[in-house]
Amino acid sequence: MDDKPLRIEEKHPLAIRWFHWVNFPVLAIMIWSGLLIYWANGVMHLGPIALFPDWFYHPGYQEKPPKPGVYELSARLAEGMSWHFLLMWFFTINGILYVLYTAISGEWRHILPSRNTLREAIHVVLHDLHLRKEAPSQGKFNGAQKIAYTGVILMGLGSLVTGIAIYKPVQASLFTQLLGGYTVARFLHFWLMMGFIGFFFVHVAQVIRAGWNNFRAMVTGYEIVADEVTE
Amino acid sequence: MGSVTEHNSEVKAAMGRMSRRSFLWAGIAALGAYSGVHWLASRQEDWGTPWPFRRALEANQGVGMDLYRKGQLSPTYLKADLTELRQNGDVGLEEENFDPSEWTLTVNNVFGKDEPTVLTLEDIKKLPVTTQITEMFCIEGWSMKVEWKGVRFADFAAKYPPSSRTSNPPDVNNKPEELVRYVSMMTPNEAYYVGLDMASALHPQTLLCYEMNGEPLSLDHGAPLRLAIPVKYGVKNLKRIGSITYTDQRPTDYWAEQGYDWYAGL
Repeated sequence: MDDKPLRIEEKHPLAIRWFHWVNFPVLAIMIWSGLLIYWANGVMHLGPIALFPDWFYHPGYQEKPPKPGVYELSARLAEGMSWHFLLMWFFTINGILYVLYTAISGEWRHILPSRNTLREAIHVVLHDLHLRKEAPSQGKFNGAQKIAYTGVILMGLGSLVTGIAIYKPVQASLFTQLLGGYTVARFLHFWLMMGFIGFFFVHVAQVIRAGWNNFRAMVTGYEIVADEVTE
Repeated sequence: MGSVTEHNSEVKAAMGRMSRRSFLWAGIAALGAYSGVHWLASRQEDWGTPWPFRRALEANQGVGMDLYRKGQLSPTYLKADLTELRQNGDVGLEEENFDPSEWTLTVNNVFGKDEPTVLTLEDIKKLPVTTQITEMFCIEGWSMKVEWKGVRFADFAAKYPPSSRTSNPPDVNNKPEELVRYVSMMTPNEAYYVGLDMASALHPQTLLCYEMNGEPLSLDHGAPLRLAIPVKYGVKNLKRIGSITYTDQRPTDYWAEQGYDWYAGL
């Protein structure tokens, strides 16, 4: 029923859309190449679970006679480093430009959490989980989004700082030492990456839930909004 | 309310036109990104990695060398911090019946010498002794803290100097930037070899090392003399040095030939 007059409203500035969509493939390649590096010495655990188990690196290792690894992921360190140390510039520069743009344009007002954000975010989560009926009123982004988007920017900064600490542990030893040493920096760098993957899945699920009009706005910049009819 | 319906279908049509345009651009951008990645990965290899990556590694080396500070020391640790010793890599140590007591070191291109300079371990040990506990970073991602004992390469180079690139005689301590730019080191069988930039070789913590953790070097750690260079990844810490060559041509490097960064500076 088209009983409310519709109009087209600008939602995301062109620059933000570029930063967002450049970051997506760049971060994807950073994660992939980072894993190629990590797999040369995969020591992380999630509780008792090794990340990753032997069969993952050498899928044929238990067969008789043992098949050579199908993927030999652990033997692609040089390839991973090549990609990682080229794309790191794109990731860093794109991130810095994004933060500068957001700061100067005033867009930061939409994502920086304020005093009420946490309470609002809890309401959003309860609403999303169908534990609470009414959605809290919101501006461009709701409280949960504000926390998630500000958080993921801080995670990006964290990846940069821990990355420098690992990349130049002598020339940038101050970073490495402040973070608690090389092993700790590597641990943090790894779990920030896992955080990005977690963010990605929640983000995509929420985009699907929010629907086409919302997604289209991230590509075109505009969305269709319905004006409230005043009787 | 026909006018609202009419108005709304106009709005939707306008949005449709705008969307088509935007998604077309998005498609072109995605195709461009995909082609870019494919192009990068499919270029001709230059030392084991597609050439754009080799150029990028070299550009990173330029940044690394520009930001390199000689006085920036690798943090040093206490004996209590020592970690378990790991042994990694046997390339260059294949020779069976290798006898460290028969070993000599050949130094090529020492300033003012036409012939290679041949040294024994006793000659090396005459130089001032340095002991330090530093962290060694393996390129694979692990690290260990080791007590190294030996002589500073800077002291060695002051005694057996490389040539200068200027008309001045070489001055290792005061004018290192005038020296030839590289050092090449090889195992006696020349199966493993590393190239070093002169600045890193002359770093005050770069040692020609004959003891680890208070013990003479074992064969698998590179007896009788190995390199300990904390400003580089472990792969540059050559074991069982057979020859040292000063040169102004960038020397080849075992792992750089296989796709790794030549500089490997930390």
